[in-house]
Amino acid sequence: MMSRDVIDIKAETSALHTDKMWVIMGPQHPFSHGLWTLKAQLDGEIVTDAEPIIGYLHRGWEKECENRTYPKIIPMADRLCYAASMTYTHLYCMTVEKALGIDIPEKAKYIRIMADEICRIQSHLMWLAAVGTDLGNLTVFLWAMREREFFMDLNVRMCGARMTTNFPRIGGVRNDIDEEFMMFATRCVERFEKAIWDIISMIDDSSIFVSRMKGTGVLTREKCANLGITGPAMRGTGVDFDVRRDDPYDNYDQIDFDVPVLKEGDSYARYRVRIEELFQSCRIIKQTLQKVKAIGKNAPYRLKVPSKVPAGRSFVRMEDPRGESMMYLVSDGSDKPYRLKVRSPIFVNVSAAKPLVLGSRIADVPAIMAMIDMCLGETDR
Amino acid sequence: MSGEIYQAPSVQEISDLLRDKFSGKAEITGTGERRVYVKADRDSVYDLCVYIHDNLTFEHATSIMGNDMKDHMEVIYHLSNYYTGVIIELTTDLPADDLHVRSVADIWVGGNWHERETYELFGIVFDGHPKLERLLTPDTYEFYPFRKSYKLRGQE
Amino acid sequence: MAYSSILDWIVFKDVMANPFYPYEAYNLPFDISYKLWELLGGLIAWLINLIFPGNGVSTWLISDEVSNVFALVLFMVIIFLVAFVVTLLSLWMERKVLGRVMDRRGTMIGLKGFMQCLADGFKTFMKENVIPRKVDKKTYMWTVALIVGTSALIACMIPLSHRWFVVNYGTGLLIIMALFALAPFFILVSGWAQNNKYSLIGGMRAAELMISYEVPMLIMIATTCLLAGSFNINDIVNLQGDTMWFLIPQIIGFITFIFCATAEAERVPFDIAEAEAELVEGWQTEYAGMKWGLIMLADYLRGYVSCAMVVIMYLGGWLIPFVSSDVNGWAPEIVFLLKVWFVFFIMIILRGALARVRTDQIVNIGWKVFMPLSVVNLAVVLLLKLGGVF
Repeated sequence: MMSRDVIDIKAETSALHTDKMWVIMGPQHPFSHGLWTLKAQLDGEIVTDAEPIIGYLHRGWEKECENRTYPKIIPMADRLCYAASMTYTHLYCMTVEKALGIDIPEKAKYIRIMADEICRIQSHLMWLAAVGTDLGNLTVFLWAMREREFFMDLNVRMCGARMTTNFPRIGGVRNDIDEEFMMFATRCVERFEKAIWDIISMIDDSSIFVSRMKGTGVLTREKCANLGITGPAMRGTGVDFDVRRDDPYDNYDQIDFDVPVLKEGDSYARYRVRIEELFQSCRIIKQTLQKVKAIGKNAPYRLKVPSKVPAGRSFVRMEDPRGESMMYLVSDGSDKPYRLKVRSPIFVNVSAAKPLVLGSRIADVPAIMAMIDMCLGETDR
Repeated sequence: MSGEIYQAPSVQEISDLLRDKFSGKAEITGTGERRVYVKADRDSVYDLCVYIHDNLTFEHATSIMGNDMKDHMEVIYHLSNYYTGVIIELTTDLPADDLHVRSVADIWVGGNWHERETYELFGIVFDGHPKLERLLTPDTYEFYPFRKSYKLRGQE
Repeated sequence: MAYSSILDWIVFKDVMANPFYPYEAYNLPFDISYKLWELLGGLIAWLINLIFPGNGVSTWLISDEVSNVFALVLFMVIIFLVAFVVTLLSLWMERKVLGRVMDRRGTMIGLKGFMQCLADGFKTFMKENVIPRKVDKKTYMWTVALIVGTSALIACMIPLSHRWFVVNYGTGLLIIMALFALAPFFILVSGWAQNNKYSLIGGMRAAELMISYEVPMLIMIATTCLLAGSFNINDIVNLQGDTMWFLIPQIIGFITFIFCATAEAERVPFDIAEAEAELVEGWQTEYAGMKWGLIMLADYLRGYVSCAMVVIMYLGGWLIPFVSSDVNGWAPEIVFLLKVWFVFFIMIILRGALARVRTDQIVNIGWKVFMPLSVVNLAVVLLLKLGGVF
C-alpha cells in the first residue's frame, strides 16, 4: 500500500542560518516566461519555501465558450497556447466530434497529426530557446528561434498563418495539403534533423550547461505522478506514459514512434526527453506525409457536420507538447456548449513548483522552471 | 484501506471490483474502450478515491472539475492509470444548498489546484483542503463566475 | 614692436629639454599634448601680444612651467580619450562578433554599426535621472562614481607601449591589481544601498565571486613577476622580448588567467553578480539612465584592462617577436591594442558559447581548479628559474 505522505517534503537547509527573506520573482521578471509569480523564501541562496501565483491572464475562457456557437470556439482555442496553437484546436475539434459521434476522414486525421507534430517541434524549440536564456546563453536562444522559423514557414504554407493558425475544423481540416507542401515539409524535416545537432552538441558538450542541469529539481517517480506533472517533465522521472501511445486518439496507433523515458528525474533528464521527442516528431511527420500521399489527392478531408450537438457528455485527452491536456464537453442539444472544461498540463505542473525548487539554489530556479515550459495562456485560461 | 493491489487493472476488473466493494454507494454507469464511468454519492467519494488510488494504482488525477446543472452541481473527477491508460470518470452530485465534498488533495496532490479552481469558480467547498483560497480571480471577488446564475454582458 | 610673427610664439620646443619635464624617458602622449599646448597657448599668447604688445601674460603662457602644467591637463584628456575609444571599439567588436556567433548581424547603424555605441551613449545620458525613493541616496550615487572612477583610472594606467604611459611604476602590475580588486567592494555596498533584494543578492555574489578568483589570480601575477624579476610592466615586456613570450613557459597559467580575467571583468560565464535570469540585473537593478550607461562603460573598461593584463603578462606586450627593434619601434601602441582585441575576441567567443555558472560552482572552480593550477604554474616557473632557463 502506498503511503499517504509520499509528498511530505523536507526542505534542505544551509548550514549557515541567515535571516530568511521572500524574493518575489515575477510577474515582470526575466525568468517568468509570461505573467506569473514565484514567491521564493531564501535562506542565503537556498530556497526554503516557494509559492507560485497565477491568474494574471485569466479571461474566463470556459465561460466565454458557453456564449459562443461551436465553430466560433475554434479560433479561440488557438489562443490558449501561442507556442503550439494547433494542438488545442485539434483537441477541441476531437471533443466535439466525439460528442457528435462522427468519424472523420483518414486523410484529415493524418494531416492533423502532422500539424500537431509541427506544433510540437515549434513548442519544443521555443522551450529550448528559453532554456538558453535561463542558463545565461543567448546563442542557444537565437539558434533555436532560427530553427523554429522554418517550421513557421511550414505553417504558412499549410494554412496561411504563422502562429494562430485556425486550421482544424469540426469534421476535418480546413484545407488539403498539396504536393508542394509535402516536398517542403520533407526537406524542412530532413534539414532540421541535421541542424538541431548544432544546438545539441553545444549544450551537451559543454560541462557548464550539463552541470547546471544535472542533479537539480530532482523528483521521484511516485512523487511526480502524485503531483500530477505530465508530459516530458514526467517522462524524465521514469513514468512510462504517453497518451499518444497508451490512449491513442486519431490515427496515432497506426504510426510507429518511440516514447523516450529516462529515470534520473532531474532537469537534465527532462531536457534529454524533450530533445529526443524532437526526433520522434520528425519521424511521425515523415510517416504521416507518406500516408497522406498513399491516400491520394482527391480523398475527402472534411465532413459536413450539423451545427447542433446532441445532449451528452464527452471528453478527449491528448498529448500536448507540454503534457496531458483534456477537454470535457457537456452539451445540452443546442448550438452552444453547456460547459467546456479545459485541463491544461501547465496549470498542474506549475502547482508543483514548490516541491521542484525546494532546497535548490536561487540560481537553479530558472533552470528548473524552464523544464516545465511555462505557457500562461492555457494555465490561466 | 488495505486489500489486493492491482497495478494494471482492465476495464472489466475495475467495474467488477468497484461494484463489489461499493455496492449501494457507487454505480457503474457505463464502460468504453479504456473508459469507466462511475457515479458515486457524495459521502463515499473519498473512500472510493482512496481505493482507486491505493488498490487500483490510479496514480494520477487528470482533472477535477465542477459543473453547474442549475438545480444541482456536479463534481467530476478524471482519474487515470499510467500502466493501462484507463480513465475513470467519477461523477458526484451535490445539492445546490449544500455544496460540500471531501477534498482529495491529500490523495493526489496534483488535485490541489483543480479543487481551488473549482471552489473559486463554482463555490463548491472541498472539506479538508489545505489551502482553499482564490487562485485565478482576485481575492476580493465576491461571486462565483462560472455558475449559470452569473450572466455575462450581452447574454440574456 | 608693432607686429610679431606667430612663429615667434609657436616654436615646438623639444619636450625633453623642458626642465620641468615630469618623466625620465620619452613619453609620446605627453609630447603630443605639449605640442598641442604650444599651438593653443602660442596662438593665445600671440593674439594677446598683438593687442597689448610687450605684456607679461603672453610670455608667461608659453614659459616652461606653465606649458608643462597645461600640457599635463591635455595629457589627461588624451589618455582618457584613447582608453574611451578603445573601449568603444571593444564594445562594437563584441556586438558584431557576438551577432555573427548568434547568426544575426549585430548593430548596423553607421560605420558598420560603430555609431550605435555613440547613439546608445547619448541615449543613456539624455535620460531622466531616476532615483528610487527608498534607496540610501548618497551611497547609491557615490558607489557608481567610485566604480566608474576606479575602472577609468586603471584603464588609463595601462601603458600602451614603452613610450605611452601615465606613470612608469616600479610596482605597476601590483597597483593595477589593487585598484582592480576595489570594485567588488563598491558593488557590495551599492547592492546594499539600493534597498532591493535582487541587488543585495547581487552584491553578495560579487563578494563571493571575488574570494573565488582573486587568490589564484594574485598567485599567477606573482609568478609572472617572479619570472621577470620585477613588478614593472616595462621590464616584464622587455624581458619577454629578450627571451620569449611568457605564454610558453606558463601555458597553464595563461589558460587559467584568461578565465580569472573573465571573472574579474564579470563577463559570461562568471557574471553571477548580475545574473539576469534570476536576479533581473543583479546589483544594477535600480540604476537607470546615465548611471546605468556609466556602469556599462565601466564594465567594458574593466574588460579592456583584463585583456591588457593578459597581453602584458603572457603575450609579450607591445613587442612583436622575431623582428628587429626598428620594426618594433614603429607603432607599438597599435600592436598592443591589436593583441588586446584578440584576447577580447576570445572572451566574446566564450560568452557566445558558455552558460552562466552557479555561485557554488564558481567557488568550487576557483578553489579546486584555478588554485591548484596556479600553484602548479608557480612550481613550473620555480623549476625553470632554478634550472637557470630564465
